[in-house]
Amino acid sequence: MSEETKLFKVTIDNITVEVPPGTTILEAARKIGGDVAPPAMCFYSKLEGSGGKCRTCLVEVAQGSEKDPRPMPKLMASCRTTVMDGMVVKNITSERVIEARNGVVEILLINHPLDCPICDQAGECDLQDLSYGHGTEGTRFEFPKRVFEKEDIGPLIQLHMTRCILCYRCTYVADQLTDKRVHGILDRGERAEISTYISKAIDNDFSGNMIDVCPVGALTDKTFRFKNRVWFTKPVDAHRDCDKCCGKVVLWNRGDEVMRVTTRDDEWGEVQSFVDEKTGEKKPGWICNTCRFEKKKVADWVIEGETNIKRHSVIAQNKYQKLVVPKDTITEVMDGRPPKLLMDIHDESDVNDPAIDLSLINGPATSKTFNNTSKDKKETTKKITEQE
Amino acid sequence: MQLTNRSKQVDRSPMTFLESIYLWNILKGMGVTIRHFFKKKVTVQYPEKQRYFSKVFRGLHVLNRDEEGRENCTACGLCAVACPAEAITMEAAERLPGEEHLYREEKYAAKYEINMLRCIFCGLCEEACPKDAIYLSETFAPANYQRKGFIYKKEDLLIPHPIKEKEAYEKAKSGRVDVKKKD
Repeated sequence: MSEETKLFKVTIDNITVEVPPGTTILEAARKIGGDVAPPAMCFYSKLEGSGGKCRTCLVEVAQGSEKDPRPMPKLMASCRTTVMDGMVVKNITSERVIEARNGVVEILLINHPLDCPICDQAGECDLQDLSYGHGTEGTRFEFPKRVFEKEDIGPLIQLHMTRCILCYRCTYVADQLTDKRVHGILDRGERAEISTYISKAIDNDFSGNMIDVCPVGALTDKTFRFKNRVWFTKPVDAHRDCDKCCGKVVLWNRGDEVMRVTTRDDEWGEVQSFVDEKTGEKKPGWICNTCRFEKKKVADWVIEGETNIKRHSVIAQNKYQKLVVPKDTITEVMDGRPPKLLMDIHDESDVNDPAIDLSLINGPATSKTFNNTSKDKKETTKKITEQE
Repeated sequence: MQLTNRSKQVDRSPMTFLESIYLWNILKGMGVTIRHFFKKKVTVQYPEKQRYFSKVFRGLHVLNRDEEGRENCTACGLCAVACPAEAITMEAAERLPGEEHLYREEKYAAKYEINMLRCIFCGLCEEACPKDAIYLSETFAPANYQRKGFIYKKEDLLIPHPIKEKEAYEKAKSGRVDVKKKD
């Protein structure tokens, strides 16, 4: 190519950037970053064909281009509209956009069950963030919300159809990452639902990525189900040699237990891209199901360090970065004797029982799991010894 | 340097005879004491007589049940994350088929513990709870000889069953919660 590609000048919220032709408004805004970037529920830059469904990224185009400065009459979906030279876009500076976005959030929440206290996505949910920013306190919807028959789509992924906002991201993952798609959208309109045909289990490699891609809690990790709240687990970057995927992940730990494994996310909540060592190409760091669901021990991984989390995120609560643990001098002062504790909390507390390793259970804990505690074991051994 | 003009020079002149027998000062002091005999007493005879709690009193926690006796708590962890003293810990479990009469929702707290040694009774857990599950009652945490008596488990915190233990439940609802004393 001898000709240099001409860059287009776009002004978004009074900030001008130069982007190559063919860039969407959303991606140009992400180049600026911060609040200027419109939120996106269905668009995922690493998935081809995604976007255009949820309408949360609506923006006002105040000037179509330099040659044709007429404004676009309707609000445009920024994930699907490509930029023109001299385009002027208003996002958060436009009242129309804010009003429209509030309306979109209200529509998205119409059929959403709002069961955040139960949902495993709570704390890292895009819809939760969006409704905090744009939602109203009450709802004007007075009718019963749609309900679905519960469906089991396999031992690894839990489907909650009531929470789904039909963004289609998971179907793109299945189409573009796995060998064969076994799930899709059944029915149309209000009755549309994600399902596998004739209740077939999803067991493709890389199918676990649809959990990370899901902006709400419709698809969640079954091996993490109900085990811990996201903000009580501590995320650490880790990697391992994997022949199927890049092996670069985030481990969500409770103490030394690996509760959950996810892909590494960038600042837009999308999977990070890594340079492939063999080919030198930059590829999204999707991870395979072996890394995600089967490697639930710290020994399987090489820990790189703490994951950076936004300070305002609930996940950053009670986490101390670059924590320096002061040297414990008590044993030194007392000639090597450990200090006598008036109470060891681990003897008394039932929580985090060493006899129950939650991270190694495939699926949620139930009342059966908690029946066999270490205290019960101690008591039974005591009884046995007494009888003898 | 003088900061205020209220400072007084200390009088170090020797006491006179009348002053040195302290008679006047003793009488003055006794006067204060005797005056209190005729005043209304500020103390109450505690176990027999009890003071009213203020309406906003924040005491021992109770875990609520709904009218059918199912536990409200879904182990969402909001109380624990709101707790400034990090006194609350929990572990969640999934409700099995057949346990619908025990727990109100699909997920419930299998373990729920409050460390009353850490708790500062600020009431933030009550405010954070989206399920009306935790309340601070008008009761003190009873004293105990051992520290382990202050680790309150779910059984210690749950309100009595409204159908099976109706009397105890009504008593608990009326304000003063008679939480089972720990051994």
